[in-house]
Amino acid sequence: MSDTTLDRATETQEQLRDFVALLKPRVMSLVVFSGLAGLLVAPGSLHPFLAAVAVLCIAVAAGGAGAINMWYDRDIDAVMSRTRARPIVQGRVAPEEALAFGVVLSLFSVMVMGLALNWVAAGLLALANLFYVFVYTVWLKRRTPQNIVIGGAAGAFPPMIGWAAVTGSVSIESLLLFALIFFWTPPHFWALALYRSGDYARAGVPMLPVVAGEGATKRQILLYSLVLLPLAPAPALLGTAGIVYGATALVLGLLFLAGALAVLRAPSGADTDRAAKRLFAFSILYLFLLFALLIVDRGEGLIGGLGLA
Amino acid sequence: MPELKDPNDRRRRPGSSDVHHAKRRKNLALLFALLAFIVLVFFVTMIRMGG
Repeated sequence: MSDTTLDRATETQEQLRDFVALLKPRVMSLVVFSGLAGLLVAPGSLHPFLAAVAVLCIAVAAGGAGAINMWYDRDIDAVMSRTRARPIVQGRVAPEEALAFGVVLSLFSVMVMGLALNWVAAGLLALANLFYVFVYTVWLKRRTPQNIVIGGAAGAFPPMIGWAAVTGSVSIESLLLFALIFFWTPPHFWALALYRSGDYARAGVPMLPVVAGEGATKRQILLYSLVLLPLAPAPALLGTAGIVYGATALVLGLLFLAGALAVLRAPSGADTDRAAKRLFAFSILYLFLLFALLIVDRGEGLIGGLGLA
Repeated sequence: MPELKDPNDRRRRPGSSDVHHAKRRKNLALLFALLAFIVLVFFVTMIRMGG
């Protein structure tokens, strides 16, 4: 193989890697996992190929929204150390190319979801993407410290979309799964913002620690973890999951609360950073474990199992 | 970003510049994406028509 051919092969691989990076694969993994959980716990059945298509649509739509977000936020991404290496900032992908990529992926995923599954799921998918792009990215992110509280709704849609792909409707159970991610998002991002507040301040993003200070953020984290404590086991009471899920969700909730208390008690500086980093890492594990358990222990649940329903 | 080769270079052949190669790469990626989409729609149609 000549040097030129090798160079071109490397260039192709690098370009491919850049376009994959535009899709925010790490965020996508959580979105796909929660979407899959919604699909599996929903009552009813779906052809395995159609189920795979539904998950693919959720993944591609999330990736498309991520690409549009990177296009819009390229100015602040260049300032923050966490996002400085992104392909648009580095000049490896043209901004308009990233935008076109994101819009095409979003449109195709919604269209395929509608044609292959149903239009309720497609509508929710479109709503999630529009919410992420227009409400969170364009409107709230640079304006209010409540950006991730309201904007977090976009990330809470996937289990509801998965549920709707099977049932063709929205129900109290799927709304509960939505609420679970909705109330998990603020403490998760505020823990990150606590030890990255300098980054956000430089970029002019009004995250809670930047605007309201460390103390207020710590108290808000504790408040949200208190809300999560009874909320996470609730699917077991509604019959979406079994008692094993319910009990483990309660234990995980207590661990989350302990992490939030550790953050609250930590003295300002390196100790707070360490506690916040630990809580941020645990919050990811928390959500993965909750949804994994939901998949494994789906079924009648406590009330149905005891014949009380 | 791909750059145009020297237009006065005698060894230059039509379509051999970096810009052309980059464009060709994108066209091929699009071709594969469209083929994958066609296969996807085919199987979805078969499954849905099969009830």
